[in-house]
Amino acid sequence: MTRREWRNLGLGLAFISPWIIGFLAFTAYPVGASIYYSFCDYDVFSKPVWVGLLNYHDMFTDAVFWKSLMNTIYYAAFSLPLGLVISLLVAVMLNQSIKARSVFRTIYFLPSLIPVVASAMIWLWILNGKYGLLNHFLALIHVKGPDWLADEHWTKPSLILMALWGIGGSMVIYLAALQDVPRDLYESADIDGATPWHKFVHITVPLISPVIYFNLIMGIIGSLQVFAQPFIMFGGGGPNRSALFYAVYLYQNAFDYYEMGYACAMAWVLFVIILFLTWAATKSTRRHIYYAGE
Amino acid sequence: MNAFAYRTGPHPLKTAAVWLAAAGAAMLFCGCVKPPPDHTPDGRVIVDYWEKWTGFEGDAMQAVVDDFNASQDHILVRKLTVSQIDRKMMLATAGGNPPDVAGLWSHNIPVYAEKGALTPLDRYIREAGIKPEDYIPVYWRLCSYEGFVWALPSTPATVALHWNKKMFREAGLDPERPPRSIAELDRMAERLTIVRTVRNGKPVRVRYPDLTEEEKKSKKFDIIQLGYTPTEPGWWNPMWGYWFGSSLWDGKDRITADSPENIAAFKWFQSYPLKYGLENMRTFGASFGNFASPQNPFLAGKVAMVLQGVWMYNFIDKYAPGLEWGAAPFPSVDPEKYPLVTLAECDVLVIPRGARHVKEAFEFIRYVNSRGPMEKLNLGQRKFSPLSETSPDFIKHHPNPYIEVFIQLAKSPLARTVPRIPIYNELSDEMYVAGDRIFSLIASPEQALHTVQERVQRKFDRERQRWKMIRKHRIEEWKKL
Repeated sequence: MTRREWRNLGLGLAFISPWIIGFLAFTAYPVGASIYYSFCDYDVFSKPVWVGLLNYHDMFTDAVFWKSLMNTIYYAAFSLPLGLVISLLVAVMLNQSIKARSVFRTIYFLPSLIPVVASAMIWLWILNGKYGLLNHFLALIHVKGPDWLADEHWTKPSLILMALWGIGGSMVIYLAALQDVPRDLYESADIDGATPWHKFVHITVPLISPVIYFNLIMGIIGSLQVFAQPFIMFGGGGPNRSALFYAVYLYQNAFDYYEMGYACAMAWVLFVIILFLTWAATKSTRRHIYYAGE
Repeated sequence: MNAFAYRTGPHPLKTAAVWLAAAGAAMLFCGCVKPPPDHTPDGRVIVDYWEKWTGFEGDAMQAVVDDFNASQDHILVRKLTVSQIDRKMMLATAGGNPPDVAGLWSHNIPVYAEKGALTPLDRYIREAGIKPEDYIPVYWRLCSYEGFVWALPSTPATVALHWNKKMFREAGLDPERPPRSIAELDRMAERLTIVRTVRNGKPVRVRYPDLTEEEKKSKKFDIIQLGYTPTEPGWWNPMWGYWFGSSLWDGKDRITADSPENIAAFKWFQSYPLKYGLENMRTFGASFGNFASPQNPFLAGKVAMVLQGVWMYNFIDKYAPGLEWGAAPFPSVDPEKYPLVTLAECDVLVIPRGARHVKEAFEFIRYVNSRGPMEKLNLGQRKFSPLSETSPDFIKHHPNPYIEVFIQLAKSPLARTVPRIPIYNELSDEMYVAGDRIFSLIASPEQALHTVQERVQRKFDRERQRWKMIRKHRIEEWKKL
């Protein structure tokens, strides 16, 4: 590099230095430190003491760790595919030329704008076993609704239901992609006599596949890290810890039990799980994703 | 071609970039390191005081702070209301920038003391001439740990049975005579329970004892009103054994969650869903409103008896001023052997380790702990004084007609505390999960408590092991502080 290039580089770095400093101090350092702490007995107050793999060993023998992991996987296994399919379905419906389309789009998008605490409080009442709206409507069709929040079998389905209510975000992304699909492809398919289903499967889905893939990856990450709603609604984990999710248990260890080392180790295990699932999702869908630019 | 190439000297943009970088670094540096001023312009030392209370409780403390600030001219206490104060104080202390005084709960003391987050107060207490005899014994105990005093009390509490006199009268019970044993509590609770069932195709309302054996067995009824349930308010799951003569810890290195007395307590606990039907109780429980609301089941007349703290009077006064109620010691399984059992807890004032003005902070704490301010604070919060001597006017002016019941309980030798161990949070969480499993009939008391015992004992063993390694070092360190 010439002197001027060096100077320009320095100038550029100086300009973005607030970000670089922020990144180093508030992201890179904590991430690095958390690796170190995960091998330590660390309670925040005293100096961390190196304990090797003890935290990781404890995790594998901790029944509550496994329960929280299984709860999280259960939640992700249902909320993720259901969310992907339903938000796509809603997006396709809202992409038709119907009356008051923008009104419907707004209505479906609204839930994702509501602050998570507010929506959790509302759902606490909707799901109330005695006075809840949901059980009220179920009673109208002569179904006795369960006690959603107090019965350990229904806490996770409740949270999945709530997650499906908030699909507005991914729906909007689908909508944008749907509007990008060239009309002429549908027209030529019409001339060839394709049914709406064929058009959907052979034109729409391949052309929006990068967006489906994006929503899938974001969904994997989001559903495995779910925290706010279960934490607000079930605090310590709900009946028989049926709503104790991974991130909530991690938080309990860090801030209730002062086991920061254990919590850091849990965070890294979650990172590895997400990394693996993202890798697996990328690998298994690679052949089915169509990029117009390639 | 680069437009900057022809300029000589530092380019304005370059200057700007350097300034930006400097500003970024300075911001970071200041945010982490530079402390705020600790003196007022007229030279008074500022003592930062973090406290959890809001509303009238916060006002009561603010009045005491104002009195203190007016009483002298070299210290200014600045009170800041902080939610989740234990966690925030922990992080502030770990970050090296704690307040001078913090209002914690007494159950925080063992863990915060062991982890070196608090300043031992022994030297200051000695100098100030404060003695253990000045306090109701249980509150002094709650402020001490490992032979050191870590805090002084601010507002104390004990818990007692609260009962609804009108519901007693309607059930044909003497409204002035609360139950005196667990067995009597259960019997009265049945009498006070009203259910709706269907007889000959018609819905009827009857009291629980008037149900036929068949109806009791089938549990085909809806609960309209309940005499008692140990799940309301649902805050005492770890402690039920206290009324059965047990404890959760042997005082040394054993957790005793699965002791025979604890198992007996949880058998009693489980007898409620077994008697009234789990589904019936769940449906009825779902109708309860928030604790601090007129829909609180005790305030709304849905549950006739509850175990509640001295603070309950404030909620009665606010949300159900017309309620006819009384307070008495919660009955134990054997009133001869275990009379006057209660759980005692208190709010405390501590000086976090690393506080900048320890001496001045203690001066404020000492002021709060003198009789006048202490009674002003606790009259304002409608609690009682943790000091052993109370002025006659305090009781005369106290709005809670049953305040003496709570004081009597606090002074009882059977005033118990939560286990004074650093892993109490874990023990408590595990006991709540166990209580839930037992109530939901998922596990027997033996199974559920055995799980608690195993999990918590293992953690406790490890904790004790580490503590034994550093104890001598820590005690030496505390003596020097």
